[in-house]
Amino acid sequence: MAVIKIKVNGKEISREVSDSTLLSDFIRDNLLLTGTHIGCDTSQCGACVVHLNGKSVKSCTTLVADCNGDEITTIEGLSKNGKLHPMQESFKKHHGLQCGFCTPGMVMSAVDLLQKNKNPSEQEIRDWLEGNICRCTGYQGIVAAVKDAASKM
Amino acid sequence: MANLVGARIERKEDKKFLTGKGRYTADINLSNQTYAYFVRSPHARAKITKVDHSKAKKAPGVVDVFTGDSVTKDKIGGLICGWKIVSQDGKDMKCPPHPVLAKDVVNFVGDHVAVVVAETLEQAKNAAELVNVSYKLLKPVIKTEKATSFENIHEGIDNNLSFDFILGDKGKTNEAFSKADKVVKLDLVNNRLIPNAMEPRAAIGDYNTSSDELTLYTASQNPHLDRLIMSAFNAVHPEHKFRIVSPDVGGGFGSKINVYAEDVVVAYASKKIGRPVKWVAERSESFMSDNHGRDHVTHAELALKSDGKIIGLKVDTIANLGAYSLVLAAVTPTYLYAPLVLGIYDIPAACCTVKGVYTNTAPTDAYRGAGRPEATYVIERIVTEAAKEIGMDQAEFRKKNFINKFPHQQCLVHNIDSGDYNAHLDKALELSDYKNFENRRSQSAKKGKLRGIGLSTYFEACGVAPSAVVMSIGAGVGLWESAEIRFNPTGNVSVFTGTHSHGQSHDTTFAQIVGDKLGVSIENIDIVHGDTDKGPFGMGTYGSRSLAVGGTAIVKACDKIIAKGKKVAAKMLEGKPEDIDFKGGEFILKNSNKKKTIGEIAFACYLPGTFGDVKSPLPEGVEPGLIETSFFDPSNFSFPSGSHICEVEVDEETGETKLVKYTVVDDFGTVINPLIVEGQVHGGVAQGVGQALYENAHYDESGQLTSASYMDYTMPRADNLPQITIDYTCTPATSNPLGAKGCGEAGTIAAPAAVMNAVIDAVGSDVSMPATAEKVWKVLKKNGSKKAAA
Repeated sequence: MAVIKIKVNGKEISREVSDSTLLSDFIRDNLLLTGTHIGCDTSQCGACVVHLNGKSVKSCTTLVADCNGDEITTIEGLSKNGKLHPMQESFKKHHGLQCGFCTPGMVMSAVDLLQKNKNPSEQEIRDWLEGNICRCTGYQGIVAAVKDAASKM
Repeated sequence: MANLVGARIERKEDKKFLTGKGRYTADINLSNQTYAYFVRSPHARAKITKVDHSKAKKAPGVVDVFTGDSVTKDKIGGLICGWKIVSQDGKDMKCPPHPVLAKDVVNFVGDHVAVVVAETLEQAKNAAELVNVSYKLLKPVIKTEKATSFENIHEGIDNNLSFDFILGDKGKTNEAFSKADKVVKLDLVNNRLIPNAMEPRAAIGDYNTSSDELTLYTASQNPHLDRLIMSAFNAVHPEHKFRIVSPDVGGGFGSKINVYAEDVVVAYASKKIGRPVKWVAERSESFMSDNHGRDHVTHAELALKSDGKIIGLKVDTIANLGAYSLVLAAVTPTYLYAPLVLGIYDIPAACCTVKGVYTNTAPTDAYRGAGRPEATYVIERIVTEAAKEIGMDQAEFRKKNFINKFPHQQCLVHNIDSGDYNAHLDKALELSDYKNFENRRSQSAKKGKLRGIGLSTYFEACGVAPSAVVMSIGAGVGLWESAEIRFNPTGNVSVFTGTHSHGQSHDTTFAQIVGDKLGVSIENIDIVHGDTDKGPFGMGTYGSRSLAVGGTAIVKACDKIIAKGKKVAAKMLEGKPEDIDFKGGEFILKNSNKKKTIGEIAFACYLPGTFGDVKSPLPEGVEPGLIETSFFDPSNFSFPSGSHICEVEVDEETGETKLVKYTVVDDFGTVINPLIVEGQVHGGVAQGVGQALYENAHYDESGQLTSASYMDYTMPRADNLPQITIDYTCTPATSNPLGAKGCGEAGTIAAPAAVMNAVIDAVGSDVSMPATAEKVWKVLKKNGSKKAAA
């Protein structure tokens, strides 16, 4: 067990955690932020992507004990003052989601892409999102949404 | 108010999902909750000689352990087949017992043997390791085509044959074949798939010891049906004291239709321990124990005259049911498949036989398209082959054989009400620049790529209903749909539907329909589903039925609201009900400037006394309130159709197939929201491409599922798919007032044949699904390609 101090969605949090607790479980079960989803057990699906110190990570393969002093943003922390982030707006506009289960991870991953590459080509978007599986949209609306968001951010 | 129906409106439900506020079953935590972990069979086939859970029961945190003995003692019924098929000898299909926890035998890897309930998930998991199950191993049968010659895996089911089904006139078909100038033959395998909704299944049983009410939260496509089955057959709890909530559900694709063992067991366990019991599937459990789909072995023959006219079709299929027969396991490869093998062609004589066999694999059932992708694969592959063999252009061959007069009674089952098949094919040919394909093939060849083109002019029967028909062919329930409209006193509207949205966007589509009908803005309309305590009994969502059947129930309930509103308006406006028009949310007295808004009428309906200026507005005999319910049972299925044209480039050196162009023209009848419909087509095509190129559920000879993770089962990813061009033609359905035909499954139905026809065109010889790089490379090598790298 270890006591960690982290900042989640701008809020300082201090908790005692076990050495084996995954960041994804900690976010869902301890902080009750259930927007971060768990869709697989092999770190393949990407439904659990959050930002750790501004970069996208799969929270199901991150130990929370390793996150002491770190800053985490989950999907719940993306919109500010009730206003959707441009990426969220763009997903809505282009029907980039259906059942919504992969969406939080997909959006968090896409936001990080645009931090690294402000104007990605379609192929670059598709390659980047290779680690996020969506079963509903065929990725068409998602790719269109990321392109559109890039033009607005 | 502008028309809402037909408009590209952004979805009402998006905001909650985009901000992480969706509420799926796994997100629900109840006070005093316990956790369930299932002990599953590691063997494909074995006798259970002993289940010793004494150590597990004493492990830290364990509340209780339940086994096959526990559920037998408490008279919990087994899982059922909900639609029974009759064999050609007139005998009912054979269904083996399917206990929710196995007692004597296990029949597939993942079969449920026991459940441990503990204070934490970790404790339940650890204790499950201590449940000692002794097995006597038996040899399993895995392969579809070997099942009938293997020893019986279920007592009393000879040759592992559940049913031997036939549809069509054998004599007439043989006669047609005797007159053929040419017979085209094809052997096909339709690969086994795993649906893979991104939300793993989950269930929470919550028994209230004070009120004797049982609530089950479960990721289901049809909560009312679940409750009916669990009350009537599993004997979990009486229906009137049993509530099922299916909150946000993260995709279904058929895999969340069934009542599963886990649903029954957590509900049962909660009653036994008097506390909530929560179970969430790990992905590996989903791979093992969600129903699988497809898995057919087929031989087909097409009889032709020398001018290219089709005169007969014979199809013989073996369908792998897996270890047991699930709810729609038998209807999927029979009535949802056999009538559809005719496609959209005018074929005068046909016969289709289907043997349903048991094997030691996960049970199969409906997976997006359910029977229709399999049928489309047969007919669209064989017509392509036929065109090639007689040297006719494949589009011309199709057109020559299209049905072109409606209504059209097919020689097997369906009476098709409307369609224009030339229209969608012509449009697709134009959009895809079909006529210049050979130029593109040459261009690709210069880059060292083999380019191919594939067509799939698909057809489906959906809007699954009508009750009289489906019940006459074995369905255990009618397939009507319900709706209730509650016009609230303050002017907003709650709409209860018996369908369920798990990605289909009902919150928006249905609100558009109600908005237009009642003249209310969509912000003031709430679509409610997924809770048996809230709305009337309904059948749920599958078979592309929600709009054609459920949407029509909503329209009819709106009509009742308007009819009552007219009576009240007549009283208030001092006219006769027949002189009241309703338009844009207003009741208007003909030839006058007198009118009332629907909001005013609703308010008056709830205040039938004197209130301010309003005085006793209800006519004599009219009850207060403005709530109407409707149950709709259509007269026929609906019949969407369309044309998909796919182009691929195959890398001759590696065998890798790349989709380079994909064109879709659909006839869905009336389209309510093109933005949403396009999303359904995109997703459907992606799943069809997945079947054609990537996905395969594979069991080894011992019955181990070797594709039980995303490392081993290839899901289509963003970089596997091209942009898809979509357009429409429209011939409205005549079986419902909306004119809607259904769009949810079309992409998955059409795409495998379109993609495979393109791959085969590129490679020049037969390739089976999935056409992986390795498989294609081997075919190229066998064909003598010098470029196929060693």
